[in-house]
Amino acid sequence: SSHEHKLNFKKSKEACLNYIQDALLQKQWKRAAEFLTCYVESLEKDYSRERVGPSEIIWRIGTEILWHHSQSSMKEFSCFMEQMKTLGVKRYLKVCLEHVFHLLCNGKIDEAYQNLSLAESWRFGEQTAIQDKEMKLIQAYRGLLDYYSWSKQKNILLEHGEDGFSDLAVEQEMHGYFRKAAVNLKEIIKIPGVWDVFVKCYVDLLEFYGDHNEARQVLNEYAYNSKFPANPNAHVYLYQFLKRQGESKKSLISALKILHDIVPSHELMIDFNTMLQKSKKRKKRRLGLEVIFAALDYAGWKENAKAWSCLVRQVKQIVTSEKHLDWIKQEWNPRKDWWPAFHFSRYLAKRNWQGNKSLSYEKALVAGILLGKDCKYFKYVSRQGCKAQLKRFRMLKKFVNKHNPVYLRISG
Amino acid sequence: RDFNERCAQCSEVNWGVTDGGRFYCRSCHNVTERTREVVNTDFITNSRVQTISKGLRKQEKNDGGCEWYICEGFQLVLKKQAEALEALGVCPEMKDEILCNFWRCYLQKSKQAYCKRPAGETVKALSVSESSTDVDSDPERPSLLHLLSLSESEGDLRTDCSFASSVSKVSESTSVYSGSVDGSLYLMKNQKEKLRMTMPMTLSFCYMALLWLREPITLSELLRFVVEGHIPYLNIFQHFPEKMKLCGLDLKIFCVESWPVYDEVFNKLHELAAFLDLPRFPDITESCFLHPDMLCMKYLMEANLPDELHNWTCRVVKKIGIGEVDFLTLTPGNKSTRKVKYDVLAAAVIVVVLKLLFLLDDRYEWLLSEFAEERNKNNTEVCIFYSGGPYFEFKKWYEVVKHTLDVEQKKLDEERAKYLWRCEKSLFYSVKNKSKVLKRRQMVVNLQNQFGKLSGSVQRAEKPNPSSFQLRWSEENTDGSCFHGHSLKGILQEKCGLLTAMNSDYWLCTVKLCNEKLCGHLAHYREVEFPHSYHFVLGLFSFLLRIQPSYIHDEVCMIEHKLFNKKLCKKLKYNTVLRK
Repeated sequence: SSHEHKLNFKKSKEACLNYIQDALLQKQWKRAAEFLTCYVESLEKDYSRERVGPSEIIWRIGTEILWHHSQSSMKEFSCFMEQMKTLGVKRYLKVCLEHVFHLLCNGKIDEAYQNLSLAESWRFGEQTAIQDKEMKLIQAYRGLLDYYSWSKQKNILLEHGEDGFSDLAVEQEMHGYFRKAAVNLKEIIKIPGVWDVFVKCYVDLLEFYGDHNEARQVLNEYAYNSKFPANPNAHVYLYQFLKRQGESKKSLISALKILHDIVPSHELMIDFNTMLQKSKKRKKRRLGLEVIFAALDYAGWKENAKAWSCLVRQVKQIVTSEKHLDWIKQEWNPRKDWWPAFHFSRYLAKRNWQGNKSLSYEKALVAGILLGKDCKYFKYVSRQGCKAQLKRFRMLKKFVNKHNPVYLRISG
Repeated sequence: RDFNERCAQCSEVNWGVTDGGRFYCRSCHNVTERTREVVNTDFITNSRVQTISKGLRKQEKNDGGCEWYICEGFQLVLKKQAEALEALGVCPEMKDEILCNFWRCYLQKSKQAYCKRPAGETVKALSVSESSTDVDSDPERPSLLHLLSLSESEGDLRTDCSFASSVSKVSESTSVYSGSVDGSLYLMKNQKEKLRMTMPMTLSFCYMALLWLREPITLSELLRFVVEGHIPYLNIFQHFPEKMKLCGLDLKIFCVESWPVYDEVFNKLHELAAFLDLPRFPDITESCFLHPDMLCMKYLMEANLPDELHNWTCRVVKKIGIGEVDFLTLTPGNKSTRKVKYDVLAAAVIVVVLKLLFLLDDRYEWLLSEFAEERNKNNTEVCIFYSGGPYFEFKKWYEVVKHTLDVEQKKLDEERAKYLWRCEKSLFYSVKNKSKVLKRRQMVVNLQNQFGKLSGSVQRAEKPNPSSFQLRWSEENTDGSCFHGHSLKGILQEKCGLLTAMNSDYWLCTVKLCNEKLCGHLAHYREVEFPHSYHFVLGLFSFLLRIQPSYIHDEVCMIEHKLFNKKLCKKLKYNTVLRK
């Protein structure tokens, strides 16, 4: 119970806001609307000293309510947004952008485009310069929609091309969209930021028109410019591009290096390891082992048979050649305390055997080498495998038994 | 007709007012035949008493407005408030005689009317249409910003002012701006000297008149009626006639954005009574509504407590002498007596009685309740009927009342959060920001419509009818949720022919009282230091009276110290439980 010492306008509205927040958190849209109706008169007071004023609060809360309320329509929503645009000139472009996002989410592409064009032409004294960043975003999104139109035209063209028709008008239109899109997309990706979708689209355009150099430059900038925030996707895009271009393994490997550093559990680590394993350079092979061990540290890879098979291949190779056993030792040392429980428990042995025999085979080999033939996992799986009279399990048993001394050496 | 006529018998000028509304001379007690005229307190345009030696006359201005003074505005406010009270059932005398005479007395004493204005003071009249050309030469003229920043209780308006100033770019040399003639002068006046009129003070005036007439309404009730909208207070300017234009500094005076606080109105009331040199108010006797015996009865009913408790409240009242006429009646200017808050006092008496009978230490009252529950189970209905009601079970009472209280408190909290402070009519600081204000208002109305539709079927409830009782308990309910008829016999015993409580212990809220003049309170209430039951009971009356629990706690401490005066004089250890 609240006994306000002095109940005044400000406290009353604060309390009102609390009720709105509670209602929003509980998704009670009607109740939130009820209290917001009482809150809006805050607009008639000046809160210029507060960090977040009522006009911003009303914009954000009103948007939430209208977006989720069952009875509100897109038309009402747009009408509300138009009102919000007039409320604060300092926020004008932000409100425009959010309005556009909502329209896009609702599939209203044309209306979104109109709003973007309108916003682009907005000028308001010194505000225009202050809100420069938002303006760039608006232009970028318009560029994105231009790309989308370009893409549509391209598909039409391809279809017609199959049928043997050539449509000059469509082609012209397509080029037109390309120009518009390219100009804006190029601008935004100059600014440090996370622009995955813009970069992808821009590169797609460049590739289509054969400007591979520019594309390469863009992707390199995006991945390696230290001013840009660390972004795994940048490296993925670069890698995929280089692959498409048929680049050498060397450059492919160098593209994935940083990705391994920032996201050791990335799905491309399999490709990475595969390339590294086959390399002639010792350092690269060493790195490959590191990469695959690191990937398997993550729970998401526990049951990935392909990953295990990569590891198996390398381990087998090392064990058979008896060279570089210290590599395995180095990798195993920090893991020997927790990998047994993480990967090689008896429970998992049973589970893997029932679920995926290939997986259990791969794992059993690793277990046998790293933990010795007496470890739970290997014993269980190899016994099951031999019982089932599967040939490869017998081979497995032989192999592990033969190389048991290795275990002794690496565990020592 | 003013107060300055000489008495026919003794030639003194020392008037008082009898209960019958006649003037009597206090020196020789000569009662005049003069009854006060029913003064028309309508907004007087031409027949206003000369206030300024220069004799400014009213003129119709270009914009349809006219000249008006701040005190005329307040006069109108008082009139509207009195009318509202009359509609609530207060006798017409209040409006027609008492209140307006108090007001005229105030005007005279504060030298705003009914007297010759002292020579040095001239009203720098600034009308709406006056330009600022003649201002620059006057270095003493305070700036708009300076006046706006004079702190009063309305801190919120400061932000409005910065809004206004940022919009209209008021510079230091702009003319001081108000719709009234003397708005700026009013704010500049030395407050302490002349008891400057404010909106909360209008309620002090009203209550003073009500108290004089001993009307059956307490101050907490009056304030509650104000908040519920039955008495005009917020957005009072809606009642001003079209010709009276409010803008600029008038807003700071008349537009409040907070509800009046009990203490503020109460203290001003006493200041005012002293300032006006009023005589001793009509006696508060045992048959008065404001007497603790009567108020206790009312609050006991509202709190759903057994009627039998009334005997006990009367006993406590008698024992400590707070039912005495001299204690209860207001004598303005008498600094030695403690000012009586009738409603808080009555509530506190009930709390003390509950402590006497139930101890309220979070243990004993529940034991007693179990006891009563056993007895009730064993008795048949017939038995109960003949022995005067079932045994009162504290536990049941607590559950019933807590449930209702929680529901009502929740409702109240939501109402407070949903309160709409603005009204259709907008006010502006200056003509410059008028269009912006109107635009904003339009947007607010649009948004209210849009989201109002989405609120579902919830419609804003009509103003509830004003009622004296907030909680009602009916004996006809068969669910046993009304405890008025319940009996206290389980917790009482007979000793030497006198009924006493079985509980022989008592704990004091505080061993030593604070100095009220220094820190404003007799004691400092912190919830965690007291039993939950005590806190609950305080909370109940806190809700009913719409005041902080600490005020009731103060009165409880005061009563306890009077009650156990003798024992307190002996040497005490801290936190000892006393034996009665």
